[in-house]
Amino acid sequence: MKYEIVLGLETHVELSTKTKIFCGCTTSFKGEPNTHCCPICIGLPGTMPKLNEEVVNFAIMAGLATNCKIAEFSKMDRKNYVYPDLPKAYQISQHDKPLCYDGSISLSNGRVIGIERIHIEEDAGKLIHQAGKTFVDYNRGGVPLIEIVTRPDFRDVEEAVEYLELLQLNMRYINVSDCKMQEGSLRCDVNVSVRLKGEEKLGTRTEIKNMNSFNNIRKAVNFEKERQIEILENGGKVQQETLRFDVATGVTSPMRSKEDAHDYRYFKEPDLGLIYVERQKVEEIKKSLPELAHNKLLRYVEEFKLPVLDAKLLVEYKAVADYFEKSVENVKDVNSYKNCCNLILSLIFSKFETEAEKENFKILVSEKEMAKLLNLLETKKIRNNMAKKALEEMLETGKKVEEVISFEDLKEITKEELENFCKDAVKNNEKAVKDFLNGKTKAIKALVGHVMKLSKGRADANLAEKILEELINK
Amino acid sequence: MILEFNRLLKEKKISSKELTKKYLNAIKNVDDELNSYVTVEEEFALNSADVVDEKIKNNEEISPLEGIPFTLKDNISTKGIKTTCCSKILENYLPIYDAFVWERLKENNAILLGKANMDEFAMGSTCETSYFKGAKNPHNTKCVAGGSSGGVTAAVGAGIAAYGLGSDTGGSIRQPSSFCGVVGLKPTYGAVSRFGLIAFASSLDQVGPIATSAQDAALVYDEIALKDNKDTTSTGLKEKTFPHLNDEISGVKIGIAKEFFSYVDEEVKAKVDEAIKTYEKLGAKIVEISLPSLDFSLVVYYIIASAEASSNLGRYDGIRYGIRANSYGSIHEMICKTRSEGFGREVKRRILLGTYVLSSGFYDAYYKKANLVRGKIMREFKDAFKSCDVILTPTSPTTAFEAGYSKKDPVLNYMADICTVPVNIAGIPAISFPCGISGSNLPIGVQLIGPHFSEAKLLNMANIFEKETNRCYFKKVLKGVYPDEI
Repeated sequence: MKYEIVLGLETHVELSTKTKIFCGCTTSFKGEPNTHCCPICIGLPGTMPKLNEEVVNFAIMAGLATNCKIAEFSKMDRKNYVYPDLPKAYQISQHDKPLCYDGSISLSNGRVIGIERIHIEEDAGKLIHQAGKTFVDYNRGGVPLIEIVTRPDFRDVEEAVEYLELLQLNMRYINVSDCKMQEGSLRCDVNVSVRLKGEEKLGTRTEIKNMNSFNNIRKAVNFEKERQIEILENGGKVQQETLRFDVATGVTSPMRSKEDAHDYRYFKEPDLGLIYVERQKVEEIKKSLPELAHNKLLRYVEEFKLPVLDAKLLVEYKAVADYFEKSVENVKDVNSYKNCCNLILSLIFSKFETEAEKENFKILVSEKEMAKLLNLLETKKIRNNMAKKALEEMLETGKKVEEVISFEDLKEITKEELENFCKDAVKNNEKAVKDFLNGKTKAIKALVGHVMKLSKGRADANLAEKILEELINK
Repeated sequence: MILEFNRLLKEKKISSKELTKKYLNAIKNVDDELNSYVTVEEEFALNSADVVDEKIKNNEEISPLEGIPFTLKDNISTKGIKTTCCSKILENYLPIYDAFVWERLKENNAILLGKANMDEFAMGSTCETSYFKGAKNPHNTKCVAGGSSGGVTAAVGAGIAAYGLGSDTGGSIRQPSSFCGVVGLKPTYGAVSRFGLIAFASSLDQVGPIATSAQDAALVYDEIALKDNKDTTSTGLKEKTFPHLNDEISGVKIGIAKEFFSYVDEEVKAKVDEAIKTYEKLGAKIVEISLPSLDFSLVVYYIIASAEASSNLGRYDGIRYGIRANSYGSIHEMICKTRSEGFGREVKRRILLGTYVLSSGFYDAYYKKANLVRGKIMREFKDAFKSCDVILTPTSPTTAFEAGYSKKDPVLNYMADICTVPVNIAGIPAISFPCGISGSNLPIGVQLIGPHFSEAKLLNMANIFEKETNRCYFKKVLKGVYPDEI
């Protein structure tokens, strides 16, 4: 392939503040059309916006989570365009002085994606086409958004997808947005251009608007890449234009002709003052930020010695990571981290069917009970399979550790007892013994199983195997 | 006038309802010719009066504005009462919320008689761009009331409202006040909340009182100039102005800048000179100052005001409120036709102009540069106030024009704002009050401009001037309602 693809992303993230950006209406997306509106967010004549302080705080958090600098002074501007879902005929946004700038996100392949800016703005309403008529619902109008603009730093669509996954994860971690693509709280425009490998100058880009899933991004970008390469190969020139992606046909097509190109006529919003962010406030927000998913992942691998893949699964949902960390708060043995991780990934995760369930992570076993279980494992009072059995029951019934593991179960097994169990196993499994003697070393497992059964899982499997081998070889 | 009515009400010489009826009758008698009201709310006014009369009957204390009839310019949002901006596009618009200033007066149990005529969306200096035809001048109904708050100034000048609230973007309170022989105060930008004032040019608009005396203007101003948390550009006033009305003015330095007198009529100039002499007699010192960038004010104003207007008026699309074109195909066509049919010529002219100066490729040459010059004009005023306390100018270069006269030439219209516009650009306060009557019996106004938040000083100086001249420039010209006739 002699061509290289260059991508840049503009991502809109809906902030989960309680109220809208310029009025006191709720941001909840539930509710009958036009019930979360007031004179301000439907832009009635004479109304004025008032900037919601929480929006600024959330955006600063998002900026800090993506290594951005926070502008001491920024301002709001009017972006003028006419559309029925935009009740003032301008969107209050930020043009040349965004709140956050110069950030970055690191990808797993070591490449660093530059973030040019993050600015705050208001969302528009929604048009609803029904029975040949068009209706408009302004509930979403005035819901706060941040727009995160990257530099053209992606060289592969998978990098773009990983970036979006990380962004999604980080925004959820700091609790500023639920970032659900299918619900529109994360929306993405992709800038695509191609150039000959080794070429430094960027090619002419096209912008694919409103992508709503990772898969569509992959499809749209690949289609667009082929289309642009074909144009260049035929000696043509790529037109800078805005495209839409048709999911059904898998084809990109221009959204509007050049004559209709928007001239947004930006100018400073005269109804709002400058936004001044005190340095002290930035420091305070920085301190209050939770550990980000990416850093958590690194820590899990280093401190808890977890395999990268396991650690990745744990940090993917903040509630899961929180549960994990609370459970292992007091453990001393490094194996307990692995034990806890295994129990969560094998037993607890399988209980959940949807993403939302994993995200909420509502289970009947408290961290305290989990810690008790880990402690029993750590002190070798119980074995892994018993722990699993116990946990299964606890998950089902909500019982405590002491209610599912009896005193009898915990009694330490004596050498003599173990030897007796082993003798019993050898006596009652002639075939397995024969197999073993004939060189089928795996046959010993059946014998160990027998011992475990007799000991109700209390036996140390390794020790049992050793005794069994000695008995057979005698 | 307000305090005299207040006394009559308290002494039960007249009830608020009787007073309101007198006003409503006077409106019926006078306003056919004057056309100062576009909406009269008879029932609403009488019901409001009942509330006050009940208080008086129970010997409850009433505040100065209680029970006294007034009017609001029709660009101030009044819940349940039509607010049209005198535009066809809002012909049927019924607001669902109250403007901050109307809330304040409502709390004071002031009696709203109705809504007053104005230039369409406050764009004009004659009141003639009103969709409902302009208000006429009470001193000569062949002449215009001025604009854009011409309806309020005509009503107050004719005695068919005790006072009113107007809005001033480039002189829209002061110029018609000068034409109609009344007092108009344009407050410091931010002193009065704009919440509920239908925006023309947001960085220039201010609501202010129009009254028959400086004292009345002060009473009203003190009630409306409060900080409002719904308007983040609002600050409220620093101190009440009323207690300062009679402060000693001897030693006050009055700045005179020749730049304000370049296009002024001889007759107007002569009366303004007399006013200067009166102040000198009262102990004021005259200082010559210079504001070299003043000539650019009109250009800067028409760029900034039109730019903001083009954006502010984008919302009138026929979708949520106001009129909608009858026949259309697409949504796009519906919006185009609604706006083409709903806006008048002057409004369209300014939307076009404003859209143009904000367009990419022209922004730097026009809008950006205009804002730089705006900064320079602000600095020049700031420097000027280092050597004087107030600046005295004519309010308008001429007396009221004949109706229809200025329609021929929009630029002539724009020139009428030469003395008032710089004040809005700088965001500072100014007051216009009568200082003479012309040979053809038309009022002449003088303007005092002060630094930010100097309203108390301006009202004080206007009040002292009125006292010194025995209010001889205030004339009862039509059969209005006056306290001394009750």
